[in-house]
Amino acid sequence: MSYRMPVELSKVREFARAVQSRNPAHRGKQPTIPPTMLTSARLLWEPREQNAFAKLGFDMQRLLHGEEEYVFHRPPPRVGQVLEVQTRIDETYEKPGRRGGTMRFGVVVSEFRDEQGTLVAEQRSVLIETARTR
Amino acid sequence: MSAPAVRADPRALCAGDRAKPRRFGPLTRTDFVRYQGASGDLNPIHHDEELARAVGYPTVFGVGMLHAGLVATYVTDWLGVECIRRFTVRFREQVWPGDELTCSAEVTDVTREDGAELIVQVALACVVQTGATALTGSAEFRFAPAAA
Repeated sequence: MSYRMPVELSKVREFARAVQSRNPAHRGKQPTIPPTMLTSARLLWEPREQNAFAKLGFDMQRLLHGEEEYVFHRPPPRVGQVLEVQTRIDETYEKPGRRGGTMRFGVVVSEFRDEQGTLVAEQRSVLIETARTR
Repeated sequence: MSAPAVRADPRALCAGDRAKPRRFGPLTRTDFVRYQGASGDLNPIHHDEELARAVGYPTVFGVGMLHAGLVATYVTDWLGVECIRRFTVRFREQVWPGDELTCSAEVTDVTREDGAELIVQVALACVVQTGATALTGSAEFRFAPAAA
């Protein structure tokens, strides 16, 4: 299962402003995305029924973001491209919490392909559900 | 807030080279909200004061990916956007309203072969004014060989 994410001018402009980038690469007619903007695919374009995070079943109120990685196999995507995104849960594991209980970890991976089907970027997120304290 | 890093010439880089550190902030709840709207991550823990306190936090805390985005801004000002090939962060400590973040970057490896790409590895860190480390990370850039 996959979904599409159009890379859009207004969103690139808004995201660049939010991360305080004035880099000219993010301006003009066909700007390049700020590198961490791929995070928006799962947040703004992923259909509810494909939501990997929901499948993890982590409690939002005990959620922490552990790690995040982006790999680009070519220059980061530009406005005008439409990316095809496939997201999966790569692994889940548990560790004892420092103050007792169990911490759960979920690794979510997304692959981004261009209109030719070429893999252009990948995203890997480690999400943590902290141990229950009460 | 301090000025963006000056663009470096990748061909002149050596392991140990550092970008001038850059300060962001003091971060505000509006900065958190602006990022949440831009990215689509509307987790209320970052803007709903009552909810954050009900769950046990003293107040709302910053979105990790905002801080990661600021570090990405910093390192792409230094080495460019087109040539970035990897960007990795590990979140360490939470960031609170009013915090100032200082970003630093240091070249850890330069691999250079005649006629081939220049591959530059960079270590990244983001420290809060208290001395706590908000995040650590790394990035890889690949530059095409200069025209003969």
